[in-house]
Amino acid sequence: MSMIHVRTTINGDATEFVCDPRETMLDVLRDRLALTGAKEGCGTGDCGACSITLDGQVVCSCLMLAAEAEGTEIRTVEGIAEGEQLHVLQRKFLEHAALQCGICTPGILVASKALLDENPDPTETEIRYWLAGNLCRCTGYDKIIRAVTDAAAEIRETQ
Amino acid sequence: MALDDAATREFKVVGTRPVRPDGVDKVTGRARFGADAYAPGMLHGAILRSPHAHARILRLDTAAAKAAPGVKAVVTRKDFAEGQTGENWNVLENIMADGKVLYDGHAVAAVAATSVFAARDALKRIVVDYEILPHVTDVDEAMTAGAPVIRGGTADNSVPDSMHPNVVRFHENGHGDVAAGFAEADLVLEESFRTEATHQGYIEPHACLAQLGPDGKGELWCCTQGHFVAAKTCASLLGIDASQLRVTASEIGGGFGGKTTVFIEPVALALSRKANRPVKIVMDRTEVFRATGPTSSASMDVKIGMTRDGRITAGEGSFRLQGGAFPGAPMEFTAMCAFAPYNLDNIRASAWDVMCNRPKQAAYRAPGSPMAAFAVESVIDELCNRLGLDPIEVRLKNASREGTRAAFGPRFQRIGLVETLEAAQAHPHYTAPLGPNQGRGVSCGFWFNHAGETAVSLALAEDGTVSLSVGTPDIGGSRASMCQMAAEALGISYDKVRTTVADTATLGYNDVSHGSRVTYASGLATIRAAEDTIEKLCARAAAQWGIDREAVVWEDGCARPSGPNAGDFEPLSLAKIASRMGRTGGPIVGHYEATPEGAGVSFATHLVDAAVDPETGATKVIRYTVVQDAGKAIHPSYVEGQYQGGAAQGIGWALNEEYVYGEDGRLQNPGFLDYRIPVASDLPMIDTVIVEVPNPGHPYGVRGVGETSICPPLAAIANAVSNAAGVRLRELPMSPPRILAALDAAQTDSG
Repeated sequence: MSMIHVRTTINGDATEFVCDPRETMLDVLRDRLALTGAKEGCGTGDCGACSITLDGQVVCSCLMLAAEAEGTEIRTVEGIAEGEQLHVLQRKFLEHAALQCGICTPGILVASKALLDENPDPTETEIRYWLAGNLCRCTGYDKIIRAVTDAAAEIRETQ
Repeated sequence: MALDDAATREFKVVGTRPVRPDGVDKVTGRARFGADAYAPGMLHGAILRSPHAHARILRLDTAAAKAAPGVKAVVTRKDFAEGQTGENWNVLENIMADGKVLYDGHAVAAVAATSVFAARDALKRIVVDYEILPHVTDVDEAMTAGAPVIRGGTADNSVPDSMHPNVVRFHENGHGDVAAGFAEADLVLEESFRTEATHQGYIEPHACLAQLGPDGKGELWCCTQGHFVAAKTCASLLGIDASQLRVTASEIGGGFGGKTTVFIEPVALALSRKANRPVKIVMDRTEVFRATGPTSSASMDVKIGMTRDGRITAGEGSFRLQGGAFPGAPMEFTAMCAFAPYNLDNIRASAWDVMCNRPKQAAYRAPGSPMAAFAVESVIDELCNRLGLDPIEVRLKNASREGTRAAFGPRFQRIGLVETLEAAQAHPHYTAPLGPNQGRGVSCGFWFNHAGETAVSLALAEDGTVSLSVGTPDIGGSRASMCQMAAEALGISYDKVRTTVADTATLGYNDVSHGSRVTYASGLATIRAAEDTIEKLCARAAAQWGIDREAVVWEDGCARPSGPNAGDFEPLSLAKIASRMGRTGGPIVGHYEATPEGAGVSFATHLVDAAVDPETGATKVIRYTVVQDAGKAIHPSYVEGQYQGGAAQGIGWALNEEYVYGEDGRLQNPGFLDYRIPVASDLPMIDTVIVEVPNPGHPYGVRGVGETSICPPLAAIANAVSNAAGVRLRELPMSPPRILAALDAAQTDSG
């Protein structure tokens, strides 16, 4: 099967790759571009561990063919911190112990950041429904909700 | 091992909540999990699995697959070592079938190729002719005469000859005279319960990267709860020397017991040996559900007698667990945990381990205990309802205390069950008003906790910092608590210690991270290794001062003369002694190797409010409080996390999760869409109360906390739902159709 040549932007960097037409965006991020922050938990869009943003929208990269990335702007967990400066969500996840094993954390951070970019004052219910597509098996979500709520408060204070 | 001084000691680092040492890696995507490893020349492996629940393999032809583009190796059962016995034979039979497939998803062959696509395409070229055999997936059916025999001759001598060959082990325990106990009771209830198999549901599928050469030397990277056990098992299954296989544990994306054994690792090694190239295998989610180790399903009968004033006079239970097509269902734990929270004169518990055409069960968080609590605590709740008694008062009246003799023999040492009940009773949750269609449930739970073989090494650097090597994979923040305990014992600050999970070539043997043992056993080992280090530090100080070792004490991170008679010397800090260690005798390393005894048992009490919609049968958990004895919480945030996580998994088990098998014996729901674990919008905040009744078997009083938290939820939620719906639910999961059916049946009865 002949390969497809794709030009895209990932975390602000112009990126080119070739891929098999069957490869997902998650496959290419992980296996061709060494961006292994996004994880495959299910491959069917049920767990959210592979969450990235595509032109600002949260998507499951396991459900997106890599060839569809042509001309788009992608952001992954690797692009959340700015240099040595962690994003407020990253800091709050550490302070609140909002991760145990950490496999869902990249996807939850990507999704949470998209929420706070859109709505810096979400209610607990809004956070819970926004993150309903991101499975976490360790925490029972309690500390995740607290971390996102606290991050939102800090964002509002500093704006 | 004596409790040092946990009750009176003022801790400086233990009990604080520092940021975990692996935190930044995990919030930036850098942490390397099982599937995040790559090697030059790496091949991708894929496994062909049986579509049948039970079938004889008449022909297995891999020639076309071997000839397929990009394929470098194909393996079947004959590529593994012969002569396996005991559990190693079970594991080998489970990871690669031989002559007969025993469940839907059972592996029959594997391929390594230059890409994932090439490997998967090649699987389609493998020809397998099956003779389909009758199958059985239900535990009660598997025990009845005429049920298909899965593997004759498996039963051990505990099983009476009259039992079906699928019944492979029997256990019983108890004391007193249950018949006399029931005769004393004012009310005796006997009820039957069923729980379905559930899966640990870790978000990270099994993944490994294996390299094994024709020289018998190998490297294995995998997500596992126990890389030393993985090394031992893989070496046996491959017929190589254990010490020639170096296993490194990756970061692990959840395990909960499910990653305490091997599935794909020996297959990747066999493929690698044949291709003489590294091979990576990553399971997909369907494979995880079909072919790893879910928990047992259970069928149970429980009979309890109670007096009018709430004294339990006798308890009797019969527990039947299926653990897939192999022996090993944790039925003895079910029987042992069932009545453990109660101080009863008369107990009898019997249990059967039954084989079915299902995947080989693996441990799942307190294996066997949650179902026992579901049955026993449901009957106690019903007795309380009928006798008009307060469920916490009744539990307090009967609670196990220090000195209570458990049904399985020993007397409990210091335990904290009463303290958890009192804290639950005093919690505002217990007296908060309930709305319409809402009910409250209470349950206690028990888990033994485990110690296990443990080795750690603690090395000083010249700058006065500490490198701690442990052999227990970090499944929930344990590197943080190890750093805390090392810092506490040495008298230095948390950030001066780095804890690493060492590979199998670097450290002595360590048992798996299971049995809630890590903070207890690796923690104890860390403290003892720190004390060993202090011994050496004090000896260096004594030598420098020219006084006896006995005249030196260690206080606040410094060697000091023990008193005025010892001499007048400036204290020598750890950093100061370390900076000169090259000139005073060489490297300073403390270590500890042992199998500690004294993992204190642990109890919890949970409170739940649930709302049941009588129109749809849907249940919503609206309030949840976990009260559990931690002995001593080293890092309280991660203790709370264990409490909350166990409760959430229990909520899923109680309300949604189940293995659904079709008439054809195939798993109907091998994905997260149809096997529905709780999502954020399903749950409320989960309140926690950490009770601390120190464990006399740990220097700081630690008890394991990981597993007990999943013991009470099934019963607590069942009691809440039953009280909300006005009808007793005795089968899990309490899905909306099941609740509606129970409501309809109750209406028909009363109408």
